Amino acid sequence: MASHRQRRLLAFSGAVVMALTVAACGGGESDNTSEGKLDTPECAAYKDYTGISGETVTIYSPIRDAEAGLLEDAWKTFADCTGVKIEYEGSGEFEAQLKVRVEGGDAPDLAFIPQPGLLEFFAKGGKLKAAGEKTKAMATQNFSPDWLKYGTVNGSLYGAPLGANVKSFVWYSPSLFKEKGWKVPTTWDEMIKLSDTMVAANLKPWCAGIGSQDATGWPATDWIEDVLLREQGPDVYDQWVTHAIPFNDPRIVSATDRVGSILKNEKYVNGGIGGVKSIATTTFQDGGLPVVQKKCGMHRQASFYANQWPKGTKVAEDGDAFAFYLPAIDPAKGKPVLGGGEFVGAFTDTPAVQAVQTYLASPDFANSRAKLNNWISANKGLDVANVSNPIDKVAVGILQDSGAVFRFDGSDLMPAAVGANSFWKGMTNWINGTDTKATLDFIEGTWPK
Amino acid sequence: MNFDFTAEAPKLMMLLYGVIAFAAVVGLLLLVLDVLPARKDRWIALGLLAPAGLLLLVGLIVPAIRTMVLAFMNADSSEFVGLENFGWMFTDKNSGMLPDFSSDPVQYGVLLSTLLWVLLVPTVSTAVGLVYAVMVDRARFESFAKSLVFMPMAISFVGAGIIWKFVYEYRQEGTEQIGLLNQFVVALGGTPQQWLLDGPWNTLFLIVVLVWIQAGFAMVVLSAAIKAIPADIVEAARIDGVTAWQMFWRVTIPSIRPALVVVLVTISIGTLKVFDIVRTMTGGQFGTSVVANEMYTYSFRADEKGKGAALAVLLFLFVIPIVIYQVRLMRRRRLEGAR
Repeated sequence: MASHRQRRLLAFSGAVVMALTVAACGGGESDNTSEGKLDTPECAAYKDYTGISGETVTIYSPIRDAEAGLLEDAWKTFADCTGVKIEYEGSGEFEAQLKVRVEGGDAPDLAFIPQPGLLEFFAKGGKLKAAGEKTKAMATQNFSPDWLKYGTVNGSLYGAPLGANVKSFVWYSPSLFKEKGWKVPTTWDEMIKLSDTMVAANLKPWCAGIGSQDATGWPATDWIEDVLLREQGPDVYDQWVTHAIPFNDPRIVSATDRVGSILKNEKYVNGGIGGVKSIATTTFQDGGLPVVQKKCGMHRQASFYANQWPKGTKVAEDGDAFAFYLPAIDPAKGKPVLGGGEFVGAFTDTPAVQAVQTYLASPDFANSRAKLNNWISANKGLDVANVSNPIDKVAVGILQDSGAVFRFDGSDLMPAAVGANSFWKGMTNWINGTDTKATLDFIEGTWPK
Repeated sequence: MNFDFTAEAPKLMMLLYGVIAFAAVVGLLLLVLDVLPARKDRWIALGLLAPAGLLLLVGLIVPAIRTMVLAFMNADSSEFVGLENFGWMFTDKNSGMLPDFSSDPVQYGVLLSTLLWVLLVPTVSTAVGLVYAVMVDRARFESFAKSLVFMPMAISFVGAGIIWKFVYEYRQEGTEQIGLLNQFVVALGGTPQQWLLDGPWNTLFLIVVLVWIQAGFAMVVLSAAIKAIPADIVEAARIDGVTAWQMFWRVTIPSIRPALVVVLVTISIGTLKVFDIVRTMTGGQFGTSVVANEMYTYSFRADEKGKGAALAVLLFLFVIPIVIYQVRLMRRRRLEGAR
């Protein structure tokens, strides 16, 4: 009997609690009539972004750790002025997790997508919202058609470009070069000659690491792309990326073998780390560190590698680390630049989300972020004077130069089955001993029919 | 790294709402059941089973059926392709499922690796756990010794993967080693190795990690079973003058057989699903991939949903015989118990 009464009491209290909860929810309406601090003078730049105070915009991105903190600092003034709340989340497994989240109905408002192929996938799947008029106007005004092309699907703009990186860089130690009297090479042949000089001086000329958790292999794909662009020019490169020519075409074999003459050459690699195979198990973050320890001569990696150097490393033409442009092989083919960048895609289209998307495409954001160091954009409104890092200054110069031949990272443009799976896997096995032909045949065989 | 309660307030509120809502639903359920007239037992049973049944339906049965349907569809699930995805697994050598001994370096294939896992992890973990349980049984520091081996159970697979990745870490010969294993090798005068690079040994090095975790589980269950062996049997054997060896094989093992089977089956199923360790330590590279890792890669990274779903179905097919075996065993034991 007692238990019966207890149960009734429990049931009653449960019902009461529920009633209270409903009441509490009803009273939770917050007032979002205030307009932040838009009237104040320091907020004058954002006076167009009205009516978004109190709104929350979530952002999901592959940018993490220190760089993520700098991003948040960069838009802090914007957020304070407009009253919009930006919730940022970076993930090391962004590519895979974004799909899981979108398919699970848990899509973020905005995503910084570094792969045009992924952007296209979501746009064609009807998941992404086309950019609003204001965002489109802002992006068109600030970015070159080349860049906009990569964020456009079926004629509509889905992703406004955000950050950029130039991949065609070779990092080296200026102090070591000065010590030994070596000169920065300006042609491919000079670079190979310098490599041999380093071998003679008992220094392994190259170091690399292609480990990157889920995405192990990508740094090697960049090598192939950079060399192919130099050997064959942008047209063959575009045909290869769109599969107009097969992946195991003799021209690709030739480019891969040329990369192999460096990366799979026991005399050349892996400075300060080990033998050829140690490239496969070294993370890309660690891959270039021997340069500043003077145990390795050169390290081909994008401009963003500037963020990886140990604290206190002076990145400058007369410092501990600096980079030169990966020289052309055939000067007649122009000055190819391989690069990448993120695109801001929106999964919702509320005014607040569109406002943030527009702001991120503005010169104001580009300059605000660039001032905080180690970041560049292809934004034409980016003032080189705001870029503090010398290597970034060079990169911005290259990006804003209309003469250079710019191409986006090919593996990011290919279907995910290749660009985010078999190309990475194939290159990892290639480093680990598989020959070029077997590797390229394998990748060709996985291209979706 | 500090946990800011004010910043987390919305999440905590969400949690509070969840708990309150749960209490409310249960309370309401009990209230309704209480006032319902007649035939109460059946209603109560139905009412209390409904939430669990609903969750099972939404969280398990519907997704399972959907996955099976997807397995017969193409990459973006727009049309049916019949058995193509299963054909791809076993006929297309680019799928990497089957071993390819002609390639250089030899590729052992996903299926062979998975088989190696399923054969080795349950047997080795159970053996290690059993021997350990017998050895420390009634020893002076039994509980301390047991907690040592049991502790890895408390570590997540990803955590264990990271720990062991450090153990296997490689640095160039002549430089300071940061990996424990290579430090031992160097101290003994050997050259440091890249343990996770060359097959099939790299798979074995990964298997060690799961054995490290599961041996504790096996040890605890088997130790409890050993303690439950009736003292009179042990005493009778002693009076008959058995050696320790005979005691182990003729008394201990037959007495704990049911527990042994449960441990083996549980670890086998767990091993088939292994994913975290492989993904954390090698990302499935260097020929260490297993079915569960490929399933995830194809489904969520390579945009090949059909193939990913087909791999999931394959995994399901592998688990079925083990589950059937365990169910039959349980049923038989129940019948024996009733007799």
